[in-house]
Amino acid sequence: MRWIANLAFRLRATLAPGRMERELDDEVAFHMEMEARRLAQRGMTEEEARRQARRNFGPALRNKERAREAWGIGLIQDLKADARYAVRGLRRNPAFAAVAILTLALGIGGTTAIFGVLNGVVLKPLPFHEPERLVAVHHTMPAIGVDETPLSPALYLTFREHSRTLEDIGVWKRRPVTITGLAQPEQVEAALVTEGLFPVLGVSPVLGRSFDETDGAPGSDATVILSHGYWIRRFGGDPAILGRTIRIDGNEVTIVGVTPAGLRLGRLAPDLYIPLAFNWVGVGNWSFPGIARLRPGVELEQANQDLDLMTVLATEQYGGMPLSTLREREFSSFVRPLKDDVVGRASTALWIVFGTVGLVLLVACTNVANLFLVRAETRQRDAALRSAVGASRGRLARQFVTESTVIGMLGGAAGLLLAYGGHRVLLRMAPPNLPRLEEVGLNPVVLLFALGVSLLAGLIFGTIPVLRYGRGELAESLKEGGRGAGAGRRWVRLRSLFAITQVAMVVVLLVGSGLMIRTFQALKNVAPGFQRPGEVLTLRISVPSTDAPTADDAARTHQQILEGIAQIPGVTSVAAAGSVAMDGWEAWDDVEVEGFPQSLGEVPVLRRFNWITPGYFATLENPILAGRSIEWVDVYEHRPVAVVTENFAREFWDHPADAIGKRFRTAPDTHCCEIVGVVQNVHTTGVGEAAPAVIYWPLVVEELWGTGVLTMRDLRHAIRTSRPDPASILPEVRETVWRVNPNLPLAEILTLEDILADSMARTSFTLVMLGIAAAVSLLLGIVGVYGVLSYLVAQRTREMGVRLALGARPVDVRRMIVRQGGTLGAAGVAIGLGVAVGLTRLMSTLLFGVSPVDLPTYGGVAGALLGVLLLASYLPARRAAAVDATEALRWE
Amino acid sequence: MGKKKPDMIKGTLDMLILKVLSLEPMHGWGISERIQQISEDELQVNQGSLYASLHKLTREGWIRSSWRATENNRRARYYGLTRAGEKQLGIEAEHWTRLTVAVERIMATT
Repeated sequence: MRWIANLAFRLRATLAPGRMERELDDEVAFHMEMEARRLAQRGMTEEEARRQARRNFGPALRNKERAREAWGIGLIQDLKADARYAVRGLRRNPAFAAVAILTLALGIGGTTAIFGVLNGVVLKPLPFHEPERLVAVHHTMPAIGVDETPLSPALYLTFREHSRTLEDIGVWKRRPVTITGLAQPEQVEAALVTEGLFPVLGVSPVLGRSFDETDGAPGSDATVILSHGYWIRRFGGDPAILGRTIRIDGNEVTIVGVTPAGLRLGRLAPDLYIPLAFNWVGVGNWSFPGIARLRPGVELEQANQDLDLMTVLATEQYGGMPLSTLREREFSSFVRPLKDDVVGRASTALWIVFGTVGLVLLVACTNVANLFLVRAETRQRDAALRSAVGASRGRLARQFVTESTVIGMLGGAAGLLLAYGGHRVLLRMAPPNLPRLEEVGLNPVVLLFALGVSLLAGLIFGTIPVLRYGRGELAESLKEGGRGAGAGRRWVRLRSLFAITQVAMVVVLLVGSGLMIRTFQALKNVAPGFQRPGEVLTLRISVPSTDAPTADDAARTHQQILEGIAQIPGVTSVAAAGSVAMDGWEAWDDVEVEGFPQSLGEVPVLRRFNWITPGYFATLENPILAGRSIEWVDVYEHRPVAVVTENFAREFWDHPADAIGKRFRTAPDTHCCEIVGVVQNVHTTGVGEAAPAVIYWPLVVEELWGTGVLTMRDLRHAIRTSRPDPASILPEVRETVWRVNPNLPLAEILTLEDILADSMARTSFTLVMLGIAAAVSLLLGIVGVYGVLSYLVAQRTREMGVRLALGARPVDVRRMIVRQGGTLGAAGVAIGLGVAVGLTRLMSTLLFGVSPVDLPTYGGVAGALLGVLLLASYLPARRAAAVDATEALRWE
Repeated sequence: MGKKKPDMIKGTLDMLILKVLSLEPMHGWGISERIQQISEDELQVNQGSLYASLHKLTREGWIRSSWRATENNRRARYYGLTRAGEKQLGIEAEHWTRLTVAVERIMATT
């Protein structure tokens, strides 16, 4: 119990010192009064009695101070005094303080900025109720090279009904829709969602209701839930919005709810939510991303086993793809934390960048520690004196650590400013597919991180000089009469170690950014399947079935638009396709080539499908290697023709020209179709990925999957112009489109160059980050090595003088110092290269066309760095050689 | 500060305070008065040390303080012994006895 009283007392003294102080004053005043009264009773005058009472009490200030000491909060008061002393010391030496604080600010600022991104994107839990129980559900068919696909309706329904490990599951599907009737026609992202999805996420509308079984059922009224953002943007947050209708793809739909702000499905932030109704339920149609909530206490592995048990059930109940085919494809289902799905591959790049800025921080700390060593050394005599007059070692150490902590905190504060600025830059240049960027910012977690890093940094380089004050050393430094030559040797060894470490870290960073540069170059050298992308403006136009009922009508509308755009001055050519280059729209299937029967049990290869208008290859400037392109007559006569890429042709025939006239089909019971042209390979999945085999269909095809006439209503139009700014053509394009149909919105307006840049964004982002980190650390590293050598030279001025006096030539002295710098550098480079071999393996997924152990990069970095370091050691060397022998000997 | 009077032996002030407070709760000035009285003016409390001692004893949890009115209706801080303080007083008294007996013995040798 006593310790509680003790703690309470100290707490009170710490937290309410003012009150304690007042009470002490009152107490002392009362004491004087009583004493005076006693003396007065003995016959003194009141005046005399008061004076005597004061005299009896003794020196009041000191006595009160003694009482205060008894409060047991001396440590805190010492700290305050130390901090004040430290600040005063730094003010007296502003250059030292500025360099130390700036260096630290660079390190802490960089680390904090990247940590902010890492925290927002990767670490922070998803903004849902009990997010750790949310999982994304996928299928996988490894035997046909499909690592993961979205869910099939049949399996979703089976999971929902029978799973014992999932509390509930919902699925959704992205669908761009056209809104008309409000201002300009507009294309927005909608998500088709099952009624279970919102409850699974634990999301309930801020206005109105969620979907239930009646929504989307045949015969019921069409309903929609608005996202919070869309509600604000289009309806000004009108609270009376429920029950109003909007026109979606030409149909009247009633608004029944508004979601909370910031809702996302995976990476998609839809504007609208529409009830999902399956038009075909069976095993197959792998197109619905699934989100489920695990029952409490269920492990991922248990859920996986549970879901796999249900494959048989689904085929029995719903039909579709037979169980034997699923077995052949090694089909199974699995769950994964929803956050992994949202964050995806972004986390690797971010962790690597975080690692690099961590290294920069270490380099920065090493430099500051070096500064502190110098300072500690110059104050060694001062410290020795204070120790001689009674300051304990602990007290001296505390002083140092306080000082370094003050520097650390100041550096941290400046670093926060840097991080704040850095975030704005980062957000501007971050890859557009980096998820959850809106979560990035200087929130309390990030601030706490910065505080922790600053404190830790301060403690570390404050402790190093303290450790150097070995017990005997202080006394020795007094004895040495201030020359400190003996201790100097040991200081030099420690500082050389620092320099070597720094060089090693710089090597790692330089190698990392060198590899990224090589990757970037390799990506730039890939022929992506189009040329001069800066000239091509692209935009999506979707023709709904309400405006153009048949496939031919839709094609005709697109043709009219294309012909209109071609008339605009400055347009050199124009065409459209379901997907232009690497814009992310995908359709895949396997085909059977005539004359190459698939042997039984052989696993079919998936080909990418695309639907194009005539002029597509001309507009993208992708050369036709053999045959011809698609013509309008192919489109309207529904001719069974196709153009394929070179790699597809070479897979079956020796030469692209041999492919012309050959036939293939998509399914055993469909028409054969003829290859009429072969074009160069196209990197449709990104320049860093292998070019897939692509089959280009005319805009309208018949019997592709035995489903009658099929067309793509939603096309990306690509317009090549000779104008310096392709975007300047936009108003005329809009006018042209609306002359054809005033209800068509223009969506996703991007130049082909933007699309290309997006596909390289992860690489360029990592490259720039690593580059900056490497540049900063290089600068700090050079300063570090230069500092050590300068210090060495200053230490040995007398020795140089002696050498010169004894006949050494200046060139010998110079060579000696440069050799010392070279030795430090070589040791650092050697260690750094070794570490780099180990560490760069971690970034192999970011590399393209270059091995993690790329000899030119390693050699280049080693050579260049050694050169720079030799240069950095030349300056101190020259100073050493310029020493005036007589003066040096007289020195001190 | 104590001039003609014998210096208080180091460490005994705490014990004396505890002893005096074991009789009845008292304010600081009263404690110093009481010590002087009982010792028949032989011991004079250094009034500066008094409050340092009182605050230290409070921190240790041996005494506790509260503000109360004196008989002349003046507000004063009264100190009183806690249970832990009583125990501490017992320990210190025993120590003191052993010490004085030992010192006496030495001084009594002829």
